[in-house]
Amino acid sequence: MARAVKTQRKAINTALAWAVGLLIFFPILWTILTSFKTEAQAISDPPVFLLFDWTLENYAVVQERSNYMRFLWNSVIIAGGSTILGTIIAIPAAWSMAFVPSKRTKDILLWMLSTKMLPAVGVLYPIYLLFIKLGWLDSRVGLIIVLMLINLPIIVWMLYTYFREIPGEILEAARMDGASLREEILYVLTPMAVPGIASTILLNIILAWNEAFWTLNLTAAKAAPLTAFIASYSSPEGLFYAKLSAASVMAIAPILIMGWFSQKQLVRGLTFGAVK
Amino acid sequence: MGRIQLKQVKKSFGDVTVIPPLDLTIEDGEFTVFVGPSGCGKSTLLRLIAGLEDTTDGVIEIDGKDATMLPPAKRSLAMVFQSYALYPHMSVRKNIAFPMKMAGMDKAEQDRRIASAAKALNLTDYLDRRPGQLSGGQRQRVAIGRAIVREPAAFLFDEPLSNLDAALRVGMRMEISELHKKLDTTMIYVTHDQVEAMTMADKIVVLHAGVIEQVGSPLELYRNPRNKFVAGFIGSPRMNFIEGPEAAKHDAQTIGIRPEHIEVSTTEGLWQGRVGVAEHLGSDTFIHVHGVPGCDPMTVRVGGEIPVHHGDTVFLNPNLDHLHRFDAKGLRIQ
Repeated sequence: MARAVKTQRKAINTALAWAVGLLIFFPILWTILTSFKTEAQAISDPPVFLLFDWTLENYAVVQERSNYMRFLWNSVIIAGGSTILGTIIAIPAAWSMAFVPSKRTKDILLWMLSTKMLPAVGVLYPIYLLFIKLGWLDSRVGLIIVLMLINLPIIVWMLYTYFREIPGEILEAARMDGASLREEILYVLTPMAVPGIASTILLNIILAWNEAFWTLNLTAAKAAPLTAFIASYSSPEGLFYAKLSAASVMAIAPILIMGWFSQKQLVRGLTFGAVK
Repeated sequence: MGRIQLKQVKKSFGDVTVIPPLDLTIEDGEFTVFVGPSGCGKSTLLRLIAGLEDTTDGVIEIDGKDATMLPPAKRSLAMVFQSYALYPHMSVRKNIAFPMKMAGMDKAEQDRRIASAAKALNLTDYLDRRPGQLSGGQRQRVAIGRAIVREPAAFLFDEPLSNLDAALRVGMRMEISELHKKLDTTMIYVTHDQVEAMTMADKIVVLHAGVIEQVGSPLELYRNPRNKFVAGFIGSPRMNFIEGPEAAKHDAQTIGIRPEHIEVSTTEGLWQGRVGVAEHLGSDTFIHVHGVPGCDPMTVRVGGEIPVHHGDTVFLNPNLDHLHRFDAKGLRIQ
């Protein structure tokens, strides 16, 4: 009897999980479907789901009109660069907060997080002026630095929580064994925190890849990443749904594929320490 | 060489002083045990010597040189931790090699030392495994191996056996004692278990609330405890303390008598009581006697076979040669 109830509950849970999953996935699915429709079918009422004339025309047009590879390359450099730079800065910062905390450590962590609560547009003007002064407008370097700073609190926070899971005695053992601070971080801490560091890096690549506010406001043509590529296909009249969808699919495809292949690592990292 | 000297060493965390200024000398080659109840500061004292904690005041000398400000790695001390603290991502071989790699020792010498340590510790077949694939006892041996290969001036052990089961603990106790005899290197060993302290130490340092209560050889502490705390802490089961008129007869605030220094009689004796719970260990039986004035219950050691049962009336005769007298401050009266 108990077993029957258990099986039934399991079935309900599975159905619910699928429902929620599909609900979350639906906008992406709809975008993918729309990208294969003609512009007329894309805005038809009632909407057509699968029974339409599948076409690759939108992709051809998008590819013809703009240089996808250039945007892609900018996205890779900006997302990758800001993540690498952020991680290099965040590992020692998180180390000190996790293993040699002071009275103010909690305050610093909260203060860092509080910067994420500020609406980005609130600092747009000063940053824009700074960029003009520094000659960083529409440059990859500028975007790498800004995105790194934007995501740094999250990187530090994530690494801090992973590092906290590592028993301090192991690091003390390394110190007794003659490791310098650099060797301790390089040979002992980092290898042990690899799952955590990997998921932090993945999450930050995704965040930086999808970041639109700063990339749209601080670039024009040279350093524009894929977010700008998508934006260039949106029009206030909303006439080019199918082409916009095709551009969107092309922009999210790389990150989607990367996420798909690394999902095991991501889940392992995000639940690190939950089970011993 | 490994002579360690603490001069007026003090440690405070904020406003809380965990170790008031303290002096202690550990001679070269000595097996010294720091023992005391949890929170007595014994681990903190060890960590001060190791350099994992900074002293608030005072000087730590190793082989006559001031080491107070030296980082842990520069003190030529090796430490074995309670949790073993092995590097989980490295094989046993790499774990043991780590301190030598950090010291920049040449590869051939590293291999030679790993092989000899592995042989001494029965780890030869496990060198390519990860710590996660080893049992608790094997992990502890890897931790010891990692300490030996450095050939340090002194070994520090921080409750190394408390994560092992009872049978394994006795075996490892022997192994560590053997190791000390073989290496003849200074060892400082922290434990809360007075049996470990008694069986292994050349010299026991009894700590209580950060203060050294007494320093001496195991038998010295057993025979001549300086105060009530040491008398109660050393020896198992613990000493019986008797207060009131019975103590006054001996001109003392408290008198103490160990369970093994009391004889049981069914007919006559100094004190009378009722038999309570009996603990049978086979070789010995400890009975708890209720109703002795000033001490309830009183623990008494009797032979393996006892002629008394729960509820019987018995008479107790303390061996007055082994009676300890303490004054109002708890200090022993000579």
